[in-house]
Amino acid sequence: MEKPKIGVYVCHCGSNIAGTVDVKQVVEFAKTLDSVVVAREYKFMCSDPGQNMIKEDIKNLGLNRVVVASCSPLLHEPTFRHAVQEAGLNPYLFEMANIREHCSWTTEDHDKATEKAKALVSAAVTRVRYHQPLETKYVPVNPATLIVGGGIAGIQAALEIADAGHKVYLVEKDPSIGGHMIQFDKTFPTLDCSACILTPKMTSAGSHPNIELMTYSEVEDVSGFIGNFKVKVRKKARFVDEERCNGCGVCMEKCPWKAPSEFDLGLGERKAIYTPFPQAVPNIPVIDKEHCVYFLRGRCRACEKFCERGAIDFEQQDKIVEIEVGNIIITTGYDPFDPTPIVKYGYGRYPNVYTALEFERLCNAAGPTGGKIVLRDGSEPKSVAIIHCVGSRDENYHRYCSRVCCMYALKYSHLIKEKTSADVYQMYIDMRCFGKGYEEFYERLSKEGVKFIRGKVAEVTDRTLTNEEKGKLIVCGEDTLLGQVIRVPVDMVILCIALEPRSNAKQVAQLFRISQGADGFFIERHPKLDPVATMTDGIFIAGCCQGPKDIPDTVAQASAAATRVLSLISKGKVELEATIAVIDEEKCSGCRICNLLCPYNAIEFIEDKEVSRINEALCKGCGTCVAACPSAAISHKHFTTEEIMAEIEGVLV
Amino acid sequence: MNNFEPKIVGFCCNWCSYRGADLAGTARMKCSPNVRIIRVMCSGRVEPTFILKAFELGADGVLVLGCHPGDCHYVEGNYKTARRIPLLKKMLTQMGIEEDRLRLDWVSASEGDRFVAIVDEMTEKIRALGPFKKNSKEAKHG
Repeated sequence: MEKPKIGVYVCHCGSNIAGTVDVKQVVEFAKTLDSVVVAREYKFMCSDPGQNMIKEDIKNLGLNRVVVASCSPLLHEPTFRHAVQEAGLNPYLFEMANIREHCSWTTEDHDKATEKAKALVSAAVTRVRYHQPLETKYVPVNPATLIVGGGIAGIQAALEIADAGHKVYLVEKDPSIGGHMIQFDKTFPTLDCSACILTPKMTSAGSHPNIELMTYSEVEDVSGFIGNFKVKVRKKARFVDEERCNGCGVCMEKCPWKAPSEFDLGLGERKAIYTPFPQAVPNIPVIDKEHCVYFLRGRCRACEKFCERGAIDFEQQDKIVEIEVGNIIITTGYDPFDPTPIVKYGYGRYPNVYTALEFERLCNAAGPTGGKIVLRDGSEPKSVAIIHCVGSRDENYHRYCSRVCCMYALKYSHLIKEKTSADVYQMYIDMRCFGKGYEEFYERLSKEGVKFIRGKVAEVTDRTLTNEEKGKLIVCGEDTLLGQVIRVPVDMVILCIALEPRSNAKQVAQLFRISQGADGFFIERHPKLDPVATMTDGIFIAGCCQGPKDIPDTVAQASAAATRVLSLISKGKVELEATIAVIDEEKCSGCRICNLLCPYNAIEFIEDKEVSRINEALCKGCGTCVAACPSAAISHKHFTTEEIMAEIEGVLV
Repeated sequence: MNNFEPKIVGFCCNWCSYRGADLAGTARMKCSPNVRIIRVMCSGRVEPTFILKAFELGADGVLVLGCHPGDCHYVEGNYKTARRIPLLKKMLTQMGIEEDRLRLDWVSASEGDRFVAIVDEMTEKIRALGPFKKNSKEAKHG
């Protein structure tokens, strides 16, 4: 190794550092350290003159290592690495001492701050001696993208990327794309018809030359890394040949067997061969094995007889399709909270207690009642109570606010008022109408004669006390504004249920190696500045899988995720981590302890040599295997044991 | 209150705790200057020998901070740390070193206040325990 010649540069950062740390003393101290050729101070090291000072010294004094003592390396390490590189040094021959965030800003005592700054400079100088030049490697980015989840988020992202001219695989577990949004009747606060605004997008996605729809399909396995993922998708057997079917619908007409419709949440029926709803994309039915009499008893095949195109295929099997993509966007959405466990609200016990999603279907002209808001007996309700925060803002279920309930509750009030003459009661905790046009919508509804009662509902019961209450559901609670216990007799109760993470969110997180928060939603890379990226490069999230949100926010996120993917595609290559782990095969005893520790399965065991080897492209450089290797055969580039030991020695001066 | 100023080496992971420490600074929270931070990519990189080396070279205490369980940037590196440190503590006790001189805790990138609280607590604890060398000698002779 060449003899280290180190330059040390101590930044004043205006008065941010120099106001607390005696910079002159630190510089004098640095000059006494081994291998330090020059030590200087400057007002702003990150400025052009500051960087030039380093570059000049590298050229004139032949420095081969540089230390800058200034702010956090998370802020300016890239800046200075670039500067030393411009002067001809390898960027990894640089080290930073954080004497601002970790020292001058957190310390009041000037002497102690100066002492600490010296220790941090000493650590950096001692460490940088051992730095090795590292090489940055690039890999090409496959321009195809996988989008998982065909709701509005997935559709939006798919269209953005496909319109830019790149291939998209849109995988959806259900027979049609559309997600929850296509189940909704109107959308707040504009009262646009949900289907009217969504079906054109669904059709575009279905017919786009760059989008390959994979409905009734699920992702089974993901391997690889940013730019180069390999994905296995299971295409579940539809028992209908997608190539032959022209969507005429005769099979559904002729099928004599019915089942509860999932799309209508059991409020209506569908056939055993069905599309979830008439505008399904693709317009290709599936046969539900559980309800098809041919599958159950071996006789019928009515659909097959009437299909002119011979598209029915009872022998069809699940198919595993392997695809290769450069990036993945996860848009798996949410599950509606099941309110059955909240026994006091009577869901499942009293037939006229509905969930919000059920009410959407009741309202919808294509729904089971043709859009009539009616009770189970077909009569029109004279009064309706809408209970907010069912499963949200409740420490027994979900602490978080589901963000959309106040607004859809207001929308329901409007729809009920429009279609019936019923009295509407909003039982709310707080009205949260924060979006564009939302407060105005709330004001409008306040004037439409809706009764707002503030307080958490204690119970919904059919135990009546007076003649007036007879045959009604009694909503009991406290009006906290009046300070009174109240009993409101109504015909119908709508529960504003929480949005919760998908029941299989954990498996999805593990499959794609992304993280979940305490609430179960997927975590973004940074809550403010990186909201759609995940900690796994090349995997992005958008929509309700990241947290409850409304349609405008979901669409914005989906477009953002698409943009992130497009920028990677247009860049064409990605940098691999240079600070990865490597195994010295001479030292490796083949114990395989590291194999099991690696969360990325980056370490493979070479059977014939009986040693382990790290796949450079898969290693993320955490160093967990390095710390565990009993033979010290693994070294972590830029965080070698030598380097860290030197830093420990330096920091303890 | 004694005047002993302990030297504490703090290992922080790049993704959560180092950022938490940065945030404490950015928010201008004040904390004792006794903890000197060494950045590692993951708390899972912290070899037990790093900690022993720190004690050997004059540290009075060692603080290891990682991401909260479930939040590790590298999926599960912090779980490995969570298994290693208790074992090392057991070993330290056998060597006559008070186990309180080593602390493992979790600080997220948004918890500047928590970082400050842990640093202050740790400093006070080590201050109360006294300098490491003196103690270990007593332990040896006692």
